[in-house]
Amino acid sequence: MFAGILKYILKRSIILFLTVVVAVYITIWIANMGGYVDEIVKSDILLSVSQSIRQNPAFKGLNETQITKIINEVYNNELKKIGFDKPFIYRSFIYLKDAITLNLGRALFLSSDSGSKNVRIIILERLPNTVLLFTTTQMILFFIGLFFGLFLSRRYGSFLDRLSVLLAPLSSLPGWFYGIFLILIFASLFRLWFGWGLPYGGMVDAPPPIDKVAYALSVLKHMILPVLSWLISYSFINVYVRRTFFLMFSSEDYVEFAKAKGLPDSLIQRRYILRPTLPPIVTDFSLTLIGSWMGAIITERVFNWPGIGSLFYAASVMFDTPVLVGLVVIYAYLLAATVFALEFVYVILDPRIRTGGA
Amino acid sequence: MSKVKGFLSQLLLYKSALIGLIIIIFLIGLSIYTVITIPYEEATRLWRAGEQYWLDNPRNALPSWVNIFSQKRLPETIILSTEKPQVGVSKAIVSAPGERFSIIKVKFSFRYEYDDFPSEINLFLKASFNESNPHITIYWVKPGGEQITLKSLLISRETMYYISNDDRLAEEIRGYISKKINRTIEYEAPVTLLLFAEEDNSVLKPDTAKVMKGVYELWIEGIIFETKVDLDAKLVIYGKVYGLAGTDHLRRDLSIALLWGTPIALSFGVTASVTVALIQMFIGALSAWFGGIADTVLQRVTEVFMVLPFLPLLIMISTFYKFNIWVLLAVVIILTVFGSGVKNYRAMFMQIKEFPYVEAARAYGAGNLRIILLYLIPKVLPTIIPSIVISVADFVFLEAALAILGLGDPLAPTWGKIIDDAYEHGALYKGLYYWVLQPSIMLALTSLSFAILGFALDKIFNPRLKEI
Repeated sequence: MFAGILKYILKRSIILFLTVVVAVYITIWIANMGGYVDEIVKSDILLSVSQSIRQNPAFKGLNETQITKIINEVYNNELKKIGFDKPFIYRSFIYLKDAITLNLGRALFLSSDSGSKNVRIIILERLPNTVLLFTTTQMILFFIGLFFGLFLSRRYGSFLDRLSVLLAPLSSLPGWFYGIFLILIFASLFRLWFGWGLPYGGMVDAPPPIDKVAYALSVLKHMILPVLSWLISYSFINVYVRRTFFLMFSSEDYVEFAKAKGLPDSLIQRRYILRPTLPPIVTDFSLTLIGSWMGAIITERVFNWPGIGSLFYAASVMFDTPVLVGLVVIYAYLLAATVFALEFVYVILDPRIRTGGA
Repeated sequence: MSKVKGFLSQLLLYKSALIGLIIIIFLIGLSIYTVITIPYEEATRLWRAGEQYWLDNPRNALPSWVNIFSQKRLPETIILSTEKPQVGVSKAIVSAPGERFSIIKVKFSFRYEYDDFPSEINLFLKASFNESNPHITIYWVKPGGEQITLKSLLISRETMYYISNDDRLAEEIRGYISKKINRTIEYEAPVTLLLFAEEDNSVLKPDTAKVMKGVYELWIEGIIFETKVDLDAKLVIYGKVYGLAGTDHLRRDLSIALLWGTPIALSFGVTASVTVALIQMFIGALSAWFGGIADTVLQRVTEVFMVLPFLPLLIMISTFYKFNIWVLLAVVIILTVFGSGVKNYRAMFMQIKEFPYVEAARAYGAGNLRIILLYLIPKVLPTIIPSIVISVADFVFLEAALAILGLGDPLAPTWGKIIDDAYEHGALYKGLYYWVLQPSIMLALTSLSFAILGFALDKIFNPRLKEI
């Protein structure tokens, strides 16, 4: 029994790891854009090499052919140093090894606010911003969905319930879209009407307050509209999905039986509805949460939020392969770890699995 | 036939479905109208024509219909040209017999009854002559009969006089009015205001300045030392409203992009959602039916795709290739076919493949493909039609999102493009709300109509909750 579990865990982790490896390798290929990025890098090196040599007073006296020869020599050495003398297929595996070992290297074009070219520093500088914004959002969304879903499922067919069904299509409009309207109202029109409004975008006032409390308040103020836009957009569908989900479970025989036994509502809710529905809900939430940490490119652009989404965007349009690969590796690992952890959570939450029944 | 009828009558039981259907039919009608009246080449040409082409349009003008709701009547654009004979335009070029010169007289007169000042005033002059350039003087006559000299100048074959940009003129008239009312106008009043303002104390502040209503005139008087000459003039008093949808920062008529956005959004959204759903379903069916290695491989590929970041890859590919919207559509489909949908479909097919009727089919020797296409997929199809309809909304917004990121088809006039332009040019800061609102409303209308129809269909096709 124990060996069986161990074997299963081992198998799962190998599969997850291979998935990560393949996904990262595909990203490396796509992000190289069929050699285009190589060409950019090469021409950048050639430019900087020839500039530094032509401006070097030591080579002043030499004629053009000699200088060209020196430039070529140095250029080829530089290429060799970063491994560019080998074909891409060979390098792709080196990149893969570096990526998998989280040796993320240096960015091609982007740099962090502190001026570093280190991919890890660039990503770590943005990650907290995105985690702050979207974890807050997802937590609120989760509890709204859970609470109202449960509430409405027990009042099936009531006015509020029918209203929630009616409003669910509103979630077909994405968060950033509501964001534009919120900016219009709370930033633009409010300034017109009251001479005061919420910020148009950004994460903190400029210049940032020095005092820690004032800084936190400023960030909070900038978070209101982005969080609100997502709440408006995704609450309806969240509540609708949860309500439907709970409804299906509350028609199970054991719930009817519990009711017939005369158990109090709160107990039925907790023990007979929430408990068995918990595993899928937890899975759903944790995967959504991890996914949200990769930021929302458009929401972050609309609100000018300096998060992972903005970084993704900048890296994609500039073809900054190391940054892109770095982001994908981190995401892939996070996702794999979550999926792996969920298998254990299932065992804890679902006694049927625990006893080996499934 | 009766089945279709029954389905329709069932669908119409839901008022929301009816509303959704009506909007969708309206959008389809609008698309057909657009495609017929403005061919695509024409639309892209107009949209890319640049500012010179649109020079007669006001910049950032509101749509005309705002006048219905506002108490202040905002000005329409007034265009008077000697090339198009109309009331209020007169042109005379006289060369006295025996003399070696000609005299040019052009007179424009128009009634200005709006409550707000124009946004710009331009005068376009086209002259034909041999050697000596005509010398002209331009006068402005206010309804009271007062005459203001705007400018004296030598003109070339094509001259543009941007009256509203003439700072020296503004300075002059300001001084002149200040003297007249014996108070100094403190602020930098624009020419458009000064030329049209009531000359009393109200002019002292920009928000109290009133329009002097009545008939205005613009005279061009000139002399040229040649006899075979011609001069054409066009006076454009740019309004603050234009057409059905207003104009953007390049004076383009927004209605072109608003109209063309409809067929593009509809075809993009519907094609993407239907194709993606069908392919995902097929993959799911393959995976479930064959099982074994095929299943493992397909599932692992799906998992890999679920890790790949969809939007960044799409951004990279479309930045690199800059392709048109249909290639973009193909890329979107390729990147989404191995989405999480495959897992859901596989789960559905896993149940269905155990059904007795499938077993029966297998027993009488139906082939794999036959079972998948005729036995498995038709069983699932109705249950997923709602989600296909709902996901149209997602793809419509995806197209808009790409445009907002500055990607997507560089030529096609789409809703997302307008929002992007508006955002780029600070429409929300400047209060140019119509610019953002109109394409947004179209986007919202399209997605909502599909979403509410989809939700209603869900209730009909998946009535699992009905009995509860």
